[in-house]
Amino acid sequence: MDIMEYVRAFVVGGAICVVGQILLDRAKLTTGKIMVAFVLIGAALHALGLYQPLIDFAGAGAAVPISGFGYALAKGAIEEVGKEGFMGAFTGGIKATAAGITAAVVFGYLAALFANPKSKA
Amino acid sequence: MANIKQLKSQYQQIVKSHSPKNNVLRNSLRAFWVGGTICIIGQALTNVYMFYGMEREDAKMLMTVTLILLSTILTALNVYDNIGQYAGAGALVPITGFANSMVSSAMEFKKEGYIYGLGAKLFVVAGPVIVFGTIASVVVGIIYYLV
Repeated sequence: MDIMEYVRAFVVGGAICVVGQILLDRAKLTTGKIMVAFVLIGAALHALGLYQPLIDFAGAGAAVPISGFGYALAKGAIEEVGKEGFMGAFTGGIKATAAGITAAVVFGYLAALFANPKSKA
Repeated sequence: MANIKQLKSQYQQIVKSHSPKNNVLRNSLRAFWVGGTICIIGQALTNVYMFYGMEREDAKMLMTVTLILLSTILTALNVYDNIGQYAGAGALVPITGFANSMVSSAMEFKKEGYIYGLGAKLFVVAGPVIVFGTIASVVVGIIYYLV
């Protein structure tokens, strides 16, 4: 087991969350806007070729934050354009992130079905 | 007169000690270690799946699915919101925060029914994320096609 792999994931993942925390505290952005901003930043950084090195370096430390979702969308679109041509721009992103979106919808619906909010019941 | 001034400053001290502190450093430390720990869990899951013979890309995908599953369960048990209160962006920014936003907004609207309550409110926060993410991926794809 390579312990440094975990250290890199911890430090990079933690640092990305600190950026979010500063946006939350200082810029007073709402949580939804922060998520949208991170997805867009992840996609843009990958388009510029800057997010892949971070993934290679930090593994899950760069993939788990929601910017990694933006990265996966952009990466999927680019790879699919390479394989399928123009239509790949429309299929690649969702294709690459299908497992995550499907899991969130299915598990999310089931969890909400069985759960009851603590306060506002 | 001096007495009033003294009272005023005492009052201001009391107000200060009772108003919530916007402690950016403390919040950032909490976000750092909780967010980092969630990423370590993600890394460990990826490595376990690869150990059992999965390809790296598949292992990463299953890791994401697993984290989402764990997050929805913890949200349903009202545990994830407590983590969020403590860690702020440390619980919000990881993909688990995305899944948490879906469940927590949906379960508040359960009484509006299983279709328009649960089905629609899942996407209160997740909707914009998926909308702008999808648009971004198409834009990146088209630019890549043209360049």
